[in-house]
Amino acid sequence: MTTQVIMPQLGESVVEGTVSRWLKQEGDAIQEFEPLLEISTDKVDTEIPASAGGVLLKIYVQAGQTVERGTLLAVIGAAGEIVGDDSPPVTAQHVLPTHQQPAVNAVPIAYNGQMTPVVARMAAEHQLDLAAINGTGRNGRVTKRDVEDYLERDGIQDDAPTDDTPPWERPGSGDLFKSTVDYEDQPQTETAVTARPTESPLQKSNVDIRVHPVEAIPAGIDGELIPLTAMRRAIANHMVMSKHTSPHVTTVFEIDMSAVLKHREAHKESFAKQGVNLTLTAYFVSAAADALQTVPYLNARWTDDGIYLVNGIHIGVAVALDNGLIVPVIKNVHDLNLLGAARAINDLATRAREKKLKPEEVQGGTFSITNHGVSGSLMAMPIINQPQVGILGIGMMEKRVKVIDDMIAIRPCVYTSLTFDHRVVDGAQGDTFMMTLKRRLEGWV
Amino acid sequence: MTVMTLIDAIRAAMDEEMARDPRVFITGEDVGVRGGVFRATQGLQAKYGAARVIDSPLAELSIVAIGIGAALAELRPICEIQFADFIHPAFNQIVNEAAKMYYRSNGQWRVPLTIRAPYGGGIAGGLYHSQSVEAFFAHVPGLKIVIPSTPHDAKGLLKSAVRDPNPVLFFEPKKGYRAIKGDVSDDDYTVPIGPARIAREGRDLSVFAYGMMAHYTVIAAEKVARENGIDAEVVDLRTLLPIDKESILKSVKKTGKALIVYEDSRTMGYGAEVAAILADDGFETLDAPIRRLTGYDIPAVPFNHDMQEFFMPNPDKIADAIRELAGY
Repeated sequence: MTTQVIMPQLGESVVEGTVSRWLKQEGDAIQEFEPLLEISTDKVDTEIPASAGGVLLKIYVQAGQTVERGTLLAVIGAAGEIVGDDSPPVTAQHVLPTHQQPAVNAVPIAYNGQMTPVVARMAAEHQLDLAAINGTGRNGRVTKRDVEDYLERDGIQDDAPTDDTPPWERPGSGDLFKSTVDYEDQPQTETAVTARPTESPLQKSNVDIRVHPVEAIPAGIDGELIPLTAMRRAIANHMVMSKHTSPHVTTVFEIDMSAVLKHREAHKESFAKQGVNLTLTAYFVSAAADALQTVPYLNARWTDDGIYLVNGIHIGVAVALDNGLIVPVIKNVHDLNLLGAARAINDLATRAREKKLKPEEVQGGTFSITNHGVSGSLMAMPIINQPQVGILGIGMMEKRVKVIDDMIAIRPCVYTSLTFDHRVVDGAQGDTFMMTLKRRLEGWV
Repeated sequence: MTVMTLIDAIRAAMDEEMARDPRVFITGEDVGVRGGVFRATQGLQAKYGAARVIDSPLAELSIVAIGIGAALAELRPICEIQFADFIHPAFNQIVNEAAKMYYRSNGQWRVPLTIRAPYGGGIAGGLYHSQSVEAFFAHVPGLKIVIPSTPHDAKGLLKSAVRDPNPVLFFEPKKGYRAIKGDVSDDDYTVPIGPARIAREGRDLSVFAYGMMAHYTVIAAEKVARENGIDAEVVDLRTLLPIDKESILKSVKKTGKALIVYEDSRTMGYGAEVAAILADDGFETLDAPIRRLTGYDIPAVPFNHDMQEFFMPNPDKIADAIRELAGY
């Protein structure tokens, strides 16, 4: 009796994962629940425990390969049990019905540019370059629908004159209409309709948006190609998608942190006794939760049917990692006091750096905060974490000379920016949010 | 318009045809006094007499042979085989006599015979009360094969079968006898033998099925539409022979993808012919491999309940197969 190890679904909308490392090799004995392999997805890195004890009989997906959820990764069984060399166990192959197909194709091959008959025919008919069309099928395959959508878009953007214009009024395009000079300059007279870079399929699929067009690296330029990690690719896709989706607007306020610093000085010790490192971020998270209750439109998401106001306040806090960044989410911030918020931030940030976050801990955010000041930045305009509406950027705190009541004073100040989706919120609401935040922080007691 | 079960519609068709045409008669095991084991002929002997609703011996060969003889003598017999599992003793009569008569007599003799038989699994019938036999007969030119999945079609197609001048096998999905209900016109209408029916229009992929699987596929298509936004077209083939090539090709020309569902064992099953038609004449319209969801290649539908459920395609399995193919 063998047990199959299947690529799990690590959170909603996560459809594939990369095997980053096998902790056991073929032939190794393993206990039930003992860590078996490490998997990396767009959102988390995690260990997968063995679902049964025995011997790791066969590994089907090697480290470095990315496969869909449901794919057979390995088989565990009793010592000496025989499984097929290159294929999943015979029983699985014969008995598994079509609906379990992913498990039968143990190792999905990366999309290699093969076309289905209908796509081949359409590409030939319309002289399309399929490489320029965004593939939404399995492994990035260009589907019939992708081609149809592309042609439809193409038609809309086409500047061709309407049928009302008689042919003699339209600019000619054949060789006959070219001047001799043009003709000699361009010996390849074939005017192939090459596909344009994809422009707006972004809302349709947030799973596989390629950051096209990518220019080929010209020959003769010395350098090193760093392969994209799942995280790098996910960040790239998300950033491009966000900028395409929301009109970003940023408003900047300066906040006097005197009250917060005073409060922190008074409470740091007692927090530390409870095992919590009281950071300035905790104050911003708490104050942002108050401000979001004042301006619920920033705790919302855009839909075509209307603006959806989310009930709970769940704030994501960006944490920089060596090779990227991750945004763990503090759930129900409105229910937490400063101690609770600080504790949650400590815990999530620590586990983020140790790559021990669970999938659900990086999902479900309704607003984000990025503390770019930690690296010395005064002001920044961060990109909205879709489908959220706003993101708060915190700059570096420094002492500045301020004029207060016509007297010169030295105050610890921070430039704080709110970047918001102008489809959902207008400037006045953004500023109301910032004023609430500012008052809360400057009057902290 | 009356809401009827599948079996009510079948009974209504026979009742109307017997009233319409005195040449129509029924024979089979327990069809008379008992009204059939599924009650398909209930009340008909009382209404039309023992000479027109005739209880036969337990001998399928003779039921069909008598039907062929009566048909050659210008009567319009409806032979009931109690379960399709027991049609095999009559195989020679159907294939060598009924199917070939018109051809070998150069059109001088014909066999206007209807053979009704409940088929299919999922009713805890075990090895000998669950079989699907359509693939055996679909290989025989000279036969027509009809499998309805709605009460409306059951009545209209059975009336067409009775009126057809040549032999028609009318297989009834017995799991749906009382499970499938629908509006049936009280009028004397027929549904032509030949054309498939688009049970649900869709644009993402085409699912071809018949009988109970057509009924399940519509349920599965609604499920994936609701849960996944997948817009599946469901084509109820309903006449298996002659096969409606045009509707099959037209649907896949639109959707680019084909899933074929049949509860019979997989290899050499009826769906293989649908796949072959698409590969032959629809190659340039295909945007995915042609997939089949079927029973397994084991000798019979298992009797054990869990094993039977494992064997039978059902709406959940069909929905999974639709999602898999839609994602290709």
